[in-house]
Amino acid sequence: MALFDALLELADDHLVLGHRVSEWCGHAPMLEEDLAMPNMALDVIGTARNLYDYAGKVEGKGRDEDDLAYLRGEREYRNLLLVERPNEDFAHTMLRQLYFAAFMHPYWTAALESPDETVRGIAGKAVKEMAYHIRHTGEWVIRLGDGTEESARRMRDAVTALAIYVDELFEEGAGEGLDALPDRAALRPEWEATIKRIFDEAGLEQVTSPFPQSGGRDGRHGEGLGHMLAEMQSVHRAHPGATW
Amino acid sequence: MYSQGLIGADGRSDETPEFLAAFQARVDAEEKIEPNDDMPEGYRRTLVRQIGQHAHSEIVGMLPEGNWITRAPSLRRKAALLAKVQDEGGHGLYLYSAAETLGVTREQMTEELLDGRAKYSSIFNYPTLSWADIGTIGWLVDGAAIMNQIPLCRCSYGPYARAMIRVCKEESFHQRQGYEIVMKLAQGTPEQKAMAQDALNRWWWPSIMMFGPHDADSQHSDQSMAWKIKRFTNDELRQKFIDATVPQAEYLGLTLPDPDLKWNEEKGGYDHGPINWDEFWSVVKGHGPMARDRIKARRKAWDDGAWVREAALAHAEKRKVRREAAPLAAE
Repeated sequence: MALFDALLELADDHLVLGHRVSEWCGHAPMLEEDLAMPNMALDVIGTARNLYDYAGKVEGKGRDEDDLAYLRGEREYRNLLLVERPNEDFAHTMLRQLYFAAFMHPYWTAALESPDETVRGIAGKAVKEMAYHIRHTGEWVIRLGDGTEESARRMRDAVTALAIYVDELFEEGAGEGLDALPDRAALRPEWEATIKRIFDEAGLEQVTSPFPQSGGRDGRHGEGLGHMLAEMQSVHRAHPGATW
Repeated sequence: MYSQGLIGADGRSDETPEFLAAFQARVDAEEKIEPNDDMPEGYRRTLVRQIGQHAHSEIVGMLPEGNWITRAPSLRRKAALLAKVQDEGGHGLYLYSAAETLGVTREQMTEELLDGRAKYSSIFNYPTLSWADIGTIGWLVDGAAIMNQIPLCRCSYGPYARAMIRVCKEESFHQRQGYEIVMKLAQGTPEQKAMAQDALNRWWWPSIMMFGPHDADSQHSDQSMAWKIKRFTNDELRQKFIDATVPQAEYLGLTLPDPDLKWNEEKGGYDHGPINWDEFWSVVKGHGPMARDRIKARRKAWDDGAWVREAALAHAEKRKVRREAAPLAAE
């Protein structure tokens, strides 16, 4: 069931991040971002749906995307700690998205060569979206890092706050050794290069934390995820067996 | 989405009778009026107010529906709702751009919204209390908006009319999507069906109020009709909406909460019971249940985002200075 578990990890990453970004909808700093953020949320939620769907088929127990998304609790969610971090402010949100996209872009690029046809299909769509997310969020990180004193301070705060969640991106999870999915650790140099290019232009410095956090893959999350899932799953769980 | 008789526009103009007659002749000949054309001040003012109210309605309208994005009961519904709310934001952007062709800025209009000078469709001052509200809003509120906006595609002002064509296509998709949500509920468990009926009970009257006061009480209709900003009266549009909606409710097996609603053979349409205009005016004047919360939420987004907008401007300025300095440095 390694493939099922690995697909679930990836799907949870995308859904949780998409949910967090969607929380901005209607509350963005400007109308253009009220359009861009739902776009990014839709991209990653779309990928999550494809991954859950495939995971359900691989598992072969008849679970569909909604069973997997709505009927597992926080200890069963396998997402990275990075993606569940609260939105905080626009600087945190943009940086969280950039860190994720700068990882997923090379990940999906490598997955285009997967022997698994479904994985290749999912990668083909996602790789283009991740390129856009890097561009959009990277431009914002540059604007904010090289904007006003306040925006530069907020950007630095975000870099410091999210530093402890970076290493977990590169930990091999359930997908370790699977041909169908890329090795995660091998993608670090490209991630570092993308971030460096953007940070150089933004006047920001990468922070390495001596105390990196992990545990998301084992369902050891921060306290925020449980609240997020409680909200997300409330209607679905209140009506067992109903269709929508 | 937006549909409401224009509130509080001042269509007076003090141009010469010859100027007004020549303008009217263009309108009567169904020529489109474009941004650089001469136009009566009252025409311009009416349009700024109407397009502004329309744009604000799209933006404030993101809030009641956005309230359910994080709780949508399936991933498919979640994605569709996100896309829909995003569409509304897109309509807002379109409409602010159309209004800007008349010499106002988006910032000015935003400030007027936040300090209460500008209005928006009063329907958004009601709360969304269950998932069924999301379907019902799509079905009824977007449905009412379409009734109002299809004729606006032929509005005499070119930029507004053209914006409406795309907006109407998306609204019609939203309306079908909303109806489909309600249909699923109506065919679902007893709890789901009760949820759908409850939403209909709460949204029906506010929806038919969206068309604005009865024609006899509508101050601004005549001039707007003559200028072909408006093509049908409030009551005509309301009648069309009711006639289209009654059979849709019957098909769902849901009951519209109006005991006086009945077919009138003679007029070929439905008669409805009395509308509570006290409630309408109270909501229009800013006393709707969610009015304060809506503006508070918009103000918070605007204030919290100020540093982002300032940073974007500051960065653009720095880039410009660097670009201009670069050739000098090279010399």
